[in-house]
Amino acid sequence: MHSTRIYLDHAASAPVRLEVRDAIQPWLSEGYGNPSSPYALGQDARAAMDDARSQVAILIGAQPDEVLFTSGGTESDNWALWGMALNELRRQGSRRHLLISSVEHHAVLESAHALEALGFEVEELPVDQNGRVDPLAAIGRMRDDTLLVALMLVNNEVGTLEPVAAVAEPARSRGILVFTDAVQAAGRIPFQVASLGVDLLSLSAHKIGGLKGCGALYIRRGIGLDPLLRGGAQERGRRAGTENVAGVVAMGVAAELCSATTAQLGSLQTRLEVGLENLGGVVHARGTPRAPHITSVSFPGKRAESLALRLDLEGIAVGTGPACASGAREPSHVLRAMGIAPAMADGTLRVSTGPETTLGEIEDFLSDLETVIHA
Amino acid sequence: MSGGVDSAVAAALLVEAGAEVIGITLKLWRGEDQAGAAHRLDGCCTLSAVEDARRAARKLGIPHYVLNLQADFEHAVVDDFVAEYGRGRTPNPCVRCNQHIKFAALLERAGEMGCARLATGHYARIEQRGDRYVVRRGVDQAKDQSYVLGLLQPQHLARISLPLGGLTKSETRSLAAARGLELAAKPESQELCFVEDGDYARFVLEQRPDLNQAGDIVDQAGHALGRHTGLVHFTVGQRKGLGIAAAEPLFVTRVDAAANQLVVGPRQALSCTELTAAAVSWLQEPPAAGATLWAQTRAHARPVAVTLVNCATETFRVAFAEPYDGVSPGQLCVLYGGDESDEIIGAGTIT
Repeated sequence: MHSTRIYLDHAASAPVRLEVRDAIQPWLSEGYGNPSSPYALGQDARAAMDDARSQVAILIGAQPDEVLFTSGGTESDNWALWGMALNELRRQGSRRHLLISSVEHHAVLESAHALEALGFEVEELPVDQNGRVDPLAAIGRMRDDTLLVALMLVNNEVGTLEPVAAVAEPARSRGILVFTDAVQAAGRIPFQVASLGVDLLSLSAHKIGGLKGCGALYIRRGIGLDPLLRGGAQERGRRAGTENVAGVVAMGVAAELCSATTAQLGSLQTRLEVGLENLGGVVHARGTPRAPHITSVSFPGKRAESLALRLDLEGIAVGTGPACASGAREPSHVLRAMGIAPAMADGTLRVSTGPETTLGEIEDFLSDLETVIHA
Repeated sequence: MSGGVDSAVAAALLVEAGAEVIGITLKLWRGEDQAGAAHRLDGCCTLSAVEDARRAARKLGIPHYVLNLQADFEHAVVDDFVAEYGRGRTPNPCVRCNQHIKFAALLERAGEMGCARLATGHYARIEQRGDRYVVRRGVDQAKDQSYVLGLLQPQHLARISLPLGGLTKSETRSLAAARGLELAAKPESQELCFVEDGDYARFVLEQRPDLNQAGDIVDQAGHALGRHTGLVHFTVGQRKGLGIAAAEPLFVTRVDAAANQLVVGPRQALSCTELTAAAVSWLQEPPAAGATLWAQTRAHARPVAVTLVNCATETFRVAFAEPYDGVSPGQLCVLYGGDESDEIIGAGTIT
């Protein structure tokens, strides 16, 4: 059976950090109490969750009670959209307009479009050839009946930094709620919710070295968001379901560890992109600030799917964009929104690094890629 | 690897023979993306088929990938299927899929992936004779699938492996069971992979609503006998749905797309003495005119004896030894010859 020896798809998932593995051990053995239970075992679990909540809050500059744990980035994204919509409907508010960037993750886009069945109107904000939303254009589309603007902080396919603060400030001054998907931003670029000026922000644990199946949603104090999951008083009555204690503890430790290692990732990115261009690769979104860990590169005339499979057979893991339920590669809505032609998009790989990635691995990857490209 | 027992056993045999094998499942159609489709158990392109293939590959210890060939498939197979109905012909999309997708596009991908050969679970044989290759029927008469390989390109044959050609279907099932490839008990899929409900007329009409126009049903002398509800609902040889009361049963003898007419006649009128084929591809040098060959005109029909009347680079004409009524324009006619009359000489589309 073949195996992976060089992993360059950190934007998809990340190794569980050693400190995380150590920290969750008790919660897999003697710490099995339900955090909602009043006795000692329950209190221990509850205390561990409190610590994790603080750790995540510190990462994003929020108050602990503004951090709600979920089953992951996807649930957080869904909750932000649905929770706001249901809240507006229940209070018989009249705002039905949603401004969503065209390069959001499917969890945001599909949630938004599903709300059309409830009478909401989704307007997608276009992006330029770098995948960036123009803040002035976004402001120009804000209306009296706009309920929410959704603009991710770091685009997961191309790495583009979106101008969230520039859009959030005018939005909030008009009473429009602002949600940002920060799943790819945490641990890669520094940010604080106050300076972003957002009302809602989503996070995913496994992207930063925590466990899969756990994430968080920041809900600014005072924002009313209706629950998605009912049937329990957990998370201050906002998200029912017995908590994933081990996952939450893991997320807290991961959050504490993921200080932005921008400098190191940045220099790896520079070396990587010079190497890719020497092989004839076209690196996307060159003309705009990007996160340091994601590189989207096209090899004109080559099929990315075949390149990635050959690399896999050599033991190297890279990203090729979204997959459908069967596992087959799907065309990317992000690349299309950037105006990249289908043939070029078909030849696009995503290479993403993490805190453990070494320069040696980048060099080995470039060397094997050269062999595969010229084969 | 389609998720079926045949391709799983083919992969197993190659692994056991010491080959470095990679399992590939093709995503050809959006079927499984639609809500509600995921529960389907039968047919290709379902999620359960992909999952079965993945499990089989895992069991065999080989890598498995799903390749997206939707765009190629839509263009080469689905568009052709609809267009042929528009021309009043009966298409065979499985033939086109093998011709353009499995043994063309996929063969190309195999090369891109650094693979030397492509193997499938088709019941047919490819044999090397000196520096050329011959395609032969599989040993299992009932299961032979050489017909759908009629348009394989000679220059590709050297890179194609068909491990099941020398086996019967029941031998394959035993081999599967012995290896714990639990797909052994799965029912065979009968429908087209891209028309899950089998309603071809509905599918075609979604893209060509103009084919639903009513028109005349005429006899062979041109006299109007009634009206049809749209040519898309009819095919040569069909008896059902004509709605004409007549002394003897009437059958569709011709679908005239240009005039939007169905021509009908009694059963004897379906009998052909000759057929011509176009867009012919030769896998072997054709014999001289007058030679006896065997023609198969449908995927599940038995080959019948014919005499080669004439042939050219891309056409042939054959005369049936006995009058034959299995001829539908648009279907593939495969000519078999050779010592045991089971080698594909050439194949073309019936005109």
